[in-house]
Amino acid sequence: MLRGAWKEIRHYPSAVIGLVIILIYAAISVYTVIAIPYEEAVRLWRGGEDIWGDNPRLAAPTWYNLFRKKKLPLTIKMDDKHPSVKDLGYQQVDDDLWVHDLEYAFDFQADEFPQDVALFFQAAFQKKAPYVSIVWIRPDGKEIRLEDLSIRGQRQVFLVSQAQRLHKKLRLPEGMDPVVPLFADDYKSENPQVLKGTYKVRLETTLFEADSTINSKLVVYGKVHGWAGTDHLRRDLSVALLWGAPVALSFGLLAATGVSVLTMIIAAVGVWFGGWVDAAIQRITEVNMVLPVLPILIMVGIFISRSLVVMLLVIVALSIFGASIKTNRAIFLQIKASPYIEAARSYGASDLRIIFFYMIPRIIPTIIPSLVLGIPSFVFLEASLAVLGLGDPVLPTWGKILDDARVNGALLQGHFYWVLLPSFALMITGIAFAMLGFSLDRIFNPRLREL
Amino acid sequence: MTLTAPVATPATAAQQPPLLSVRNLRVWYALRKWGFGLAGYVRAVDDVSFDLPRGEAIAVVGESGCGKSSLMRAILGLVRPHSGQILFEGQDIWAGGREGMRRYRMQVGYVQQDPYGALPPFMSVRRILEEPLILAGIKDRKERLERIIRVLEEVKMSPPEDFLNKFPHMLSGGQQQRVVIARAIIRDPKLLVADEPVSMLDASVRVEILKLLRQIQEEHNLAVIYITHDLSTVRYFSERIFVMYAGKLIEKASVKDILESPRHPYTKALLAAIPEPDAENAKHLREVPPGEPPSLVNPPSGCRFHPRCPEILRGLCEVKEPPEVEVGPAHLTSCWLYAEERPSRTA
Repeated sequence: MLRGAWKEIRHYPSAVIGLVIILIYAAISVYTVIAIPYEEAVRLWRGGEDIWGDNPRLAAPTWYNLFRKKKLPLTIKMDDKHPSVKDLGYQQVDDDLWVHDLEYAFDFQADEFPQDVALFFQAAFQKKAPYVSIVWIRPDGKEIRLEDLSIRGQRQVFLVSQAQRLHKKLRLPEGMDPVVPLFADDYKSENPQVLKGTYKVRLETTLFEADSTINSKLVVYGKVHGWAGTDHLRRDLSVALLWGAPVALSFGLLAATGVSVLTMIIAAVGVWFGGWVDAAIQRITEVNMVLPVLPILIMVGIFISRSLVVMLLVIVALSIFGASIKTNRAIFLQIKASPYIEAARSYGASDLRIIFFYMIPRIIPTIIPSLVLGIPSFVFLEASLAVLGLGDPVLPTWGKILDDARVNGALLQGHFYWVLLPSFALMITGIAFAMLGFSLDRIFNPRLREL
Repeated sequence: MTLTAPVATPATAAQQPPLLSVRNLRVWYALRKWGFGLAGYVRAVDDVSFDLPRGEAIAVVGESGCGKSSLMRAILGLVRPHSGQILFEGQDIWAGGREGMRRYRMQVGYVQQDPYGALPPFMSVRRILEEPLILAGIKDRKERLERIIRVLEEVKMSPPEDFLNKFPHMLSGGQQQRVVIARAIIRDPKLLVADEPVSMLDASVRVEILKLLRQIQEEHNLAVIYITHDLSTVRYFSERIFVMYAGKLIEKASVKDILESPRHPYTKALLAAIPEPDAENAKHLREVPPGEPPSLVNPPSGCRFHPRCPEILRGLCEVKEPPEVEVGPAHLTSCWLYAEERPSRTA
């Protein structure tokens, strides 16, 4: 029966498409779990500036540029070991005074201004902290002295967007992005344009100790990043989108299989033993069917745990005594009356053997389509819980991306990709399983009438 | 030896007990009110007794709803009798608990009416025949396969290899019934219960299946209980016929006696109803007993056949239950017509 179904699937294009999508989906899941192991994913997703500091905030995916005339810049990032960094010389000026100049150079060809410019410093010294002057050199030769600062820490950051002194010096017009004067041809004009060409940043370092050193890194934050973009915490959304696949797939599969199999077994046990066992199962089902699932899940999420495993168990527990107990029971009642069951009893098959070897195999073909169709509904349930703020606290999932997007007003601020990508992933999942499930239903349904 | 040995007869060492003996068997189904209250009983089998020696075939005939199937189900141990005993080789089949019932079932085969329904549609022939062997505790796969092949040859499904991996829907009705028979005899039972084994088959294969059953019975020295409503197939098969009406066996006799000199008015009516392939039949109406088989919840008082009986003795039959009378050698019937002493009529 099942082997016949495999042959028949080929005649349903929608089933083939659905199956191909599901297989791709499974392949992506396997790849993700191997490439970004669980601990790594959790570490990345919970990481802060130390992990994601070099990423722009709220950047669109790179492919967004394909649809734009004015190209958005990518992030440019280089440290002082980079080959394009020029050492302008290290010399002793006095007994306790050394000077060390470096020059960063990068080419900027995008049509839009970058998001921000950052310089990261790290200094080593005994008593007197080194001192740095940052000079911005534009392609047109103009030099802007950005800041003079002494480097005291292990990780000191200079951000153009937060350099108040610089803003004052430039007399930045109200509401203007502070990076504009650095990159615009004429930032005082009505519509400043990006000046394309090679930009340079000169670091004039003054050291007060012989073995004092200073390391630096330049990041020009772009406005596009990766294939998935970044969120408000500079996190690369690709991590969460990739990890969403195995989480959604395993959650849906486990919940749907658990519910279908347990429901089937409970219905079979009730029908076979009859009497008070059957009556108890029926009454529990009737009470359970009127219980509201979502409010219970929200309560569990608030008072007990938001862990995905706990949610999975609660969802399965609430769903096994569902409407399908009734439909399964109707089929099992017919099966129980069939002569082959009587024959099995007459040759001594035990109760459990009859339930598992004689009744359940008969119903499996009808269970498979509903199992496949049930998978996306559990995936969506998980996503809805996450959007309600009850997502797993550690795991990155599609629902949690949507929740973050909602909380941070992604759509109001035009961060379309933040909502679009996880929604698209959910939609594709639903469509793939629906296409396969409905075709399977058509394949198995004529046999349903035979029962 | 009378066929209805009284319960008290001591089974002496020399006298082997009959293979199966049914004593005062009552199969009553409780009618429930409000799910737990008792509203009465359906008296499907009421006070039935008979003995079945080793290797003998008997037929139980009667209309639909007369209790044949309940009698059979009780003999198979599928329903627990309300009262009475079923003794197999002198042992009550319900006395040994789960293990006793298991051992009893090893020695009984069951051939059902609807061959397609009797075979699990999702199992191959091999699997179907393997199940009873697995339950008999035969662990060795090779031995099981050998026995399956042997039994398939016995039911004339050859070459057996061609059928092993077939599913029931791939077989013809006759082949399906052969698989059912194979399943019934694969554990070498001593007793075979056949519930209308040919009634759902094409006329062309009926005789073959009956001959096959007869042959198997003779080869294995099987005791067979053949349940049917069709007297025309009985003569192929059994030595004795029990006629059942409304939960009671009303006439027990050899095939010859029943067919040639039926005594009970109901048996006479049944025989008259056997269709004969004769064009003349179309020209006259056959006499059949008027009315319907009685309700088993409230069976008629006295003789249960009295409302339909053409030879009713008014004032006696409707009041008092008739005794079992020996009307010939090994020919018993429950009818007042043949009783030597009749109580005085009340009306």
